[in-house]
Amino acid sequence: MSDLRELYQTTILDHNKKPRNFCKPEDSNREANGSNPLCGDKVTVYVTLDDDGVVQEIGFQGSGCAISTASASMMTQAVKGKTLNEVIEVFDRFHELVAGPSASENDLGALGKLRVFGGVREYPMRVKCATLPWHTLRSAMWGDGDVAKTE
Amino acid sequence: MSAATATLGGFEVERIRKDFPILSRTMRGRPLVYLDSAASAQKPQAVLDAIADLYSNHYANIHRGLYELSETTTRLHEEARGKVQELLHAAEPREIVFTRNATEAINLVAQSYGRRQLRAGDEILITCMEHHANIVPWQIVCEETGARLRVAPISDAGELLMDELEATIGPRTRLVAVAHVSNVLGTVNPVRRIVEIAHARGVPVLVDGAQAVPRRSVDVRELDCDFYVFSGHKLYGPTGIGALYARAELLEAMPPYQGGGEMISSVSFEKTTYNEIPYKFEAGTPDIAGAVGLAAAIDYVKEIGLDRIAAHEESLLAYGTELLSRIPSVRLIGTAREKTGVLSFVVEGVHPHDIGTILDGEGIAIRAGHHCAQPLMDRLGLPATARASLGLYNDRNDLARLAEGIRKVTEIFH
Repeated sequence: MSDLRELYQTTILDHNKKPRNFCKPEDSNREANGSNPLCGDKVTVYVTLDDDGVVQEIGFQGSGCAISTASASMMTQAVKGKTLNEVIEVFDRFHELVAGPSASENDLGALGKLRVFGGVREYPMRVKCATLPWHTLRSAMWGDGDVAKTE
Repeated sequence: MSAATATLGGFEVERIRKDFPILSRTMRGRPLVYLDSAASAQKPQAVLDAIADLYSNHYANIHRGLYELSETTTRLHEEARGKVQELLHAAEPREIVFTRNATEAINLVAQSYGRRQLRAGDEILITCMEHHANIVPWQIVCEETGARLRVAPISDAGELLMDELEATIGPRTRLVAVAHVSNVLGTVNPVRRIVEIAHARGVPVLVDGAQAVPRRSVDVRELDCDFYVFSGHKLYGPTGIGALYARAELLEAMPPYQGGGEMISSVSFEKTTYNEIPYKFEAGTPDIAGAVGLAAAIDYVKEIGLDRIAAHEESLLAYGTELLSRIPSVRLIGTAREKTGVLSFVVEGVHPHDIGTILDGEGIAIRAGHHCAQPLMDRLGLPATARASLGLYNDRNDLARLAEGIRKVTEIFH
């Protein structure tokens, strides 16, 4: 049970119930779809990138498990105002947190609120739920239009 | 009578559980509750011993060696075929073709029988509740031949709509392919009646028995079906072995599925003469140990008695249904009048994968997902379900733990 509370932290449950930025921003100029066919998780990420490549607005829609929904919701809060390179940097650290062999305290500190996903490490089957929104965001920002998949 | 010592007509589940070594292990610090037998069943010691005994004492290639060891192995392999024949009540051993699993058996029929029979505009009728294994092989052969796949609908409870099914069988229908028992809903389909309807129009029927064979006594002659398939690993046997039953005259008329050794009687570069059935369909060295392990599994379930296993699972299903119905946020998926072995459910406001993870944390193994039946999920309007499925070793304690686990799910999420 303690393990489970570690995975389903209050913050995650809250974002699952009331996802933030669960919308399509009116002036969005990039979007991508992501899906985990095995789970049935589906997410669309919308981004408004300005001329300097900075995320001005971001939203998402879709349906999925608590981990993927909360991850998408918290991702939208974490990347606003960041450039593509900065987003990739956060994603790399996030990936390290949920699936990497070991994450340094320094790297983790930089993740801020996203650290609540640390419990996912204990459930390797759920890593793809947590990372799906991030893969989808990367696809949207790079604009390659491919459907992101983590399976 | 306490939960732990529940018996039913002499069905001593406590004693049976001891036959399965894996059930004594713990999972995340608690005794393992295994409720995923519809995906694959655990193996009794008798099956593990039979495989070890074969490799330790009787192993050589079959049908080839002129020495005693090979003869013994060949005899054990063919005895296994005889056991499958008896299990399905087929008329002759040559009506049993060993395959890797039910999926391969359906592909064999689709490619060998289907491709030869089907013309552009012909139809194959399946049902809305089929596993991908009974959808995709037909789609492949439809693409090759220009035939069309048609689908018989189901009710919200998960029962076949028989009038619609009957109306969908038309002059171009060349085959009906239907699950005996649904792997998602547990629905037992009226296969005997479907065969009657199809045969009245001269249409042969394939029955996917993957979920039925472990749960009830099957008689292919009483069902009067033309093809019947199942997998050994769901019947407490090893993975990698399954079987196709087909009426001998159908097998005789079908071309080989794969070419190679064993399936021939003579080969020259000009012409090859095929072996007789069933060997014509068994190219290459087969899964000999798998067949021997399957034979041990068949002996095992027969000794307990398939009717008693069915009664045990029926009683557990009723108990589990009652326990889950008492949890307000739980909705059972699949409420057919005739149902067996499977409890699919959703919990309001909780994705099935989160249910699966939380139950896993409690040491309870269930399946969460689309169960290889995406078209059925679309029909039900669900992305996925959680599914607890029963085996002969499950007891009331397993279901009590399941209900307790689901209550934890609702506690965490509400």
